[in-house]
Amino acid sequence: MYLSSVARGCFVFKPSPKKRRVSQKTVNDFGERKDDSEDTELRFVTCQSLWHEIKSETEQIQEDLNKQLFDNLVSFLRRSHSEFQEKTTKWTCQMKSREIPTAALVLGVNVTDHDLTFRSLSEVLQNNVTPYIALLEAKDCPGIKNLMQKLMGQLMNCYIDVESLEDEDYVQVSQNRIRCSMTSLINWYESVTKKTDSETLSKKRTSSSRHWQSPPVVVIFKDMESFTTKVLQDFIVISSQHIRELPLVLIFGIATSPMIIHSLLPHSVSSLLCIELFQSLSCKEHLSTIIDKLLLTTQFPFKLGEKVLQVLINIFLYHDFSVQNFIKGFQLSVVEHFYSQPLSVLCCQLVDAKKRVDSLSHDQCENIRRLPSFRRYVESQASEKQIALLTADNFLKETIQKLLEDLHVYHENYVSVLRCLHVFTSSLPKYPLGKQIRELHCACLENRVWETEEYESSLQLARMLNKSDLVTLLQQCVEIFVSSSGKEFGKTVEKLKEFLTQFQTLEAEAFQERDVSVSSQKELQKTTDLYHLQKTLLELKESRRSKKLTKFEMLRFEVVDYIDSLVRNYLVPADHKTLHEIVYFNSASILRAHLNAAPRIALHTALNNPYCYLKNQALKSDGGSISNKAPDICIVYKLHLECGRLINLVDWLEAFSTVVMAAEGSKADAASSDQVDDTIHARFIRAVSELELLGFIKPSKQKTDHVARLTWGGC
Amino acid sequence: MSQPEGKGSGALEVKFVPDEEVLKHIADDAGVKVRKDKTQLTVSVKRFVKKLENISDDEAQEILEEKNYVAALGICAQDPVGNGSSVSGGEVYSFQTPKCSSKMAELASALAQTPGQSVAPECPEKTAKTPQSSKRSSSNKVQQRSKKKEFVSTTPYRLRKRLAAPDPYLESESEYSASCSEEEDEEDQKEVSAVGRKTPAKTKAASMPPPRNTLAKKIKEDKMSNLVEEYFEAHSSSKVLTSDRTLQKLQKRRLNQQTLHDLLKKAPLAYAAEIKELNQQHESLFSKWMLQLHLGFNILLYGLGSKRDLLEKFRTSVLQDSVHLVVNGYFPSITVRSILNSITEEVLDHIGTFRSPLDQLEFVIKRFKEDSSLELYVLIHNLDSQMLRGERSQQILAQLSSLPSIYLIASIDHINAPLMWDQAKLSLYNWLWYETTTFSPYVEETSYENSLLVQQSGSLALSSLTHVLRSLTLNARGIFRLLAQYQLENKDNPSYPGLSFQDFYQQCREAFLVNSDLTLRAQLTEFRDHKLIRTKRGTDGVEYLLIPVDDSTLTDFLEKEDEDV
Repeated sequence: MYLSSVARGCFVFKPSPKKRRVSQKTVNDFGERKDDSEDTELRFVTCQSLWHEIKSETEQIQEDLNKQLFDNLVSFLRRSHSEFQEKTTKWTCQMKSREIPTAALVLGVNVTDHDLTFRSLSEVLQNNVTPYIALLEAKDCPGIKNLMQKLMGQLMNCYIDVESLEDEDYVQVSQNRIRCSMTSLINWYESVTKKTDSETLSKKRTSSSRHWQSPPVVVIFKDMESFTTKVLQDFIVISSQHIRELPLVLIFGIATSPMIIHSLLPHSVSSLLCIELFQSLSCKEHLSTIIDKLLLTTQFPFKLGEKVLQVLINIFLYHDFSVQNFIKGFQLSVVEHFYSQPLSVLCCQLVDAKKRVDSLSHDQCENIRRLPSFRRYVESQASEKQIALLTADNFLKETIQKLLEDLHVYHENYVSVLRCLHVFTSSLPKYPLGKQIRELHCACLENRVWETEEYESSLQLARMLNKSDLVTLLQQCVEIFVSSSGKEFGKTVEKLKEFLTQFQTLEAEAFQERDVSVSSQKELQKTTDLYHLQKTLLELKESRRSKKLTKFEMLRFEVVDYIDSLVRNYLVPADHKTLHEIVYFNSASILRAHLNAAPRIALHTALNNPYCYLKNQALKSDGGSISNKAPDICIVYKLHLECGRLINLVDWLEAFSTVVMAAEGSKADAASSDQVDDTIHARFIRAVSELELLGFIKPSKQKTDHVARLTWGGC
Repeated sequence: MSQPEGKGSGALEVKFVPDEEVLKHIADDAGVKVRKDKTQLTVSVKRFVKKLENISDDEAQEILEEKNYVAALGICAQDPVGNGSSVSGGEVYSFQTPKCSSKMAELASALAQTPGQSVAPECPEKTAKTPQSSKRSSSNKVQQRSKKKEFVSTTPYRLRKRLAAPDPYLESESEYSASCSEEEDEEDQKEVSAVGRKTPAKTKAASMPPPRNTLAKKIKEDKMSNLVEEYFEAHSSSKVLTSDRTLQKLQKRRLNQQTLHDLLKKAPLAYAAEIKELNQQHESLFSKWMLQLHLGFNILLYGLGSKRDLLEKFRTSVLQDSVHLVVNGYFPSITVRSILNSITEEVLDHIGTFRSPLDQLEFVIKRFKEDSSLELYVLIHNLDSQMLRGERSQQILAQLSSLPSIYLIASIDHINAPLMWDQAKLSLYNWLWYETTTFSPYVEETSYENSLLVQQSGSLALSSLTHVLRSLTLNARGIFRLLAQYQLENKDNPSYPGLSFQDFYQQCREAFLVNSDLTLRAQLTEFRDHKLIRTKRGTDGVEYLLIPVDDSTLTDFLEKEDEDV
């Protein structure tokens, strides 16, 4: 079937059932590259399992982070309708009950992450508070009618879910057939609660023991800001009339600030709400936790290179604040790494990796020998060992195992020392090495951190720390090292503890020192002679200049030097390590091209400088101009840049034909009739309509045979 | 400038012109050029200077910041393909004042003269000739003359000037030879060329229209010349600064769709080999696309050139064994509903209708969630087309694409296409962007478009005219002819309101076509029903009749009628 028709725009293709593709073929896609048929399946499996691990980890993190918030919300919900539960008919209660309990949930600007939060929130509520939850989105509710429809649909469906499919008659009632009004909602609620009442009595409170007899109805407005004001107002006013029959609780998802409630709703409406504010964790903290748990750990063998991490963080900070997108970028890097690096088969837990090294094929060994970092390593070895490494596969494998172990140990140590360094740098004024551990991490990955100016200045600042700060920092460091998995840190911990005890002993000595200084002061007072005074002052000055540092200062220097030595030992950038290519993903440009593409720039380049794409010498040109042999659309584009708001098609056509005829040379004389050649005319028409499709021009009715430019400014 | 020139032409016949004079002449010419530039400058210099003063600092700062930002984004990372992602945004979105209309042709001639082209070899040939050589091969002269003539007669004034301007050497050279040859013809030609050269200065000055001047003054007065203001100033005046020429005056027959198609087919595709190579590069990515589609991403292709063939290749090579849906987004009457319909009816084999696309979407989502064995690949050519770019359509498509078992691969072309999506939609789409610049012509995509230059409505209107009229009586045809002729007679009158009913009735009576105004009215009603005429009430309350077809079509129609009769 030819896919262009003047009657239809959609074409469906269904292969015969037996030919249908099996979905497990994904593995084959993974390995359809010709150069390395090796281990593709294994690689794919490793990739998948690693990704699933990472995914569940991130979900766990999300859950943990939200726990506090959800607990607060749940307790709020429980509280909100306690009066209703007790069925009290007190006068005060009646007065108050015109107000709808409302939770304003401030979630931050990263709207894309909200979905996940709401999903887990409704899950939590379903388990703990009430089965009656409706999630509303602004795009589904252009009017109050749609809102009610959506609301009832969700509520009644969830009712069915809870009660399984026992009462068929209820299921049959389609949401569209019920009159969507508050009364019917109340009726429904009454019937439901009555039924559960009777059921719970008979069933001895089995299923709904977690819920109360009359659980509240929770309505969540996912994106409160985008709701129409009128819809919100109407809904609130209507439901406040019925609040005594229907225990309603609203939850507003707010992306900006809680003030928005008051600017959206007039006072008469907002006074019907009893608002309590809940603040979710900021997305930045969320990101730090994610980085902490995914990257600064030895749990996952896969690592991000400096550039890649930088790109991901920048997309987060400059574009969307979305943790989900960060994780998506992370996923993409995992996939890319396993797809493009044949040796990534070794990117797994150390134990497995060692086993896999044994079964490496000869080709894979060659791949390893080709790694730049491995070549550097070979060059540093003795000559006979070099030969062995380059020729004997078995010896190579042994070495690889050793090197992999080294790499693993390096990572273990790296993380602890990095945290320790971060403890120091994050307490310094002005944060020369960054406030966040991710900045420090990037700096360490980029190059030798101790060679940077920032490191120098932060060391100097650290040498000026006061004692109490220093002691707390050291204690924190000790904790980090004790809890770390690295085995080499026994000595370090001892050393640090020693420092701590020294600081304590210093305190005792400090008194004596003060005495000494006081005595010298007294000496000064005794002298009466001017000459002597001058002399003693000079001496004093002299002695102060050459005076040995106090014990505290010396100790402080020692501590800082020790930290420095730790940094120099353990925070070597990863790309100095042998075999780092196996676990580090470094092609930031790929990631950037796929996640943060710039279609306009691509278009611009193609139009202005076609040589970038079409490697033909005739197209090569210098600077801003293009050759007149460029594709038609480039010439037409270039010509149109010279125009103002409107373009005369005749002028354009003539200019175009001038260029094209000059470019074609031989034709210039032949086609010198008074008319533009038909072919050129046709080519011009095509180029112009292509520009129209691309959105650079549009037809204009302002003047005959003119088009309007949609962009402005020349390039 | 015309003064020395005139003297020169007077002295032509009698005295020998030495080399020095020629040189002087050339120098003079250059001087004029400078002067000309000055006139241009005086108009705009204030603006430019001010702009420079005020903006250069800011701009430098901005550029610096931009660079930092770009560097921060890792753009400095080496790009293996060199796809020009190193272009910073400032270059693409730079602000510049609108240019005067003649710039385009200047650029054209400049481009036409770039080295390596046909013009280049011509020049050395001429300069090789010593100025003293009075003898010339006549053929050469003729050729040259004809060339000059061509400049005079065919190319419009403005373009001629432009073509003449860039190489004064060539001009003066021919002038010199004219002085030697003592031919009247040549003298004529020389005068023409002198005029040609003289005019730029004048037209340049004249082409600076009064509004621009006042505009500059205004800016000078309130000293507010920041870029944004300038933009709005430039766009506030409805005055259009382009030439008034129309395609009709070009005596160019409009091409219709078919001839256009044929012509383009005949024209060889430039750089076919390179384009093929590009395509091969993209095709090597197919398996990667499949992998990423399966992992939950959706693929989006962008870049210059039609991506239709590439997607088609992808479809035929990879998707043969799976259920897939191809959507031609550029199809003028495509809607989300039709896409959803083809999913529900053909993929899910569901019979029945839905109240709204949202219901339909819900149904689709439900079905795909229930049945995990269902898989669907959706290919959308031009996701950014007129019909699909609406907010609601995009929302529905985004929700569809977010289903784990629907794999979407789409292409976009419009420069502003990414503006369709906000963060929420982007996260639903979960795009992976792939730059696939193909440079292949948008044949299918533009074929539906009612193109600017293609005579489309014309041919349709003509055929409908003839068809309708053929079914009418002879008298009715006569009535229509009368109206058409009258309209053609008045085609040069821009304020022609149409033929008033009373006059028309009079004429029809005289031609024995109708006998009462009732019959005429009945006839006109029939025309109106077929949209052959339009009636308009004038300011004086009189009914005017008009044929809403352009003049060339009408002429064609009358000619055809004459043939038939």
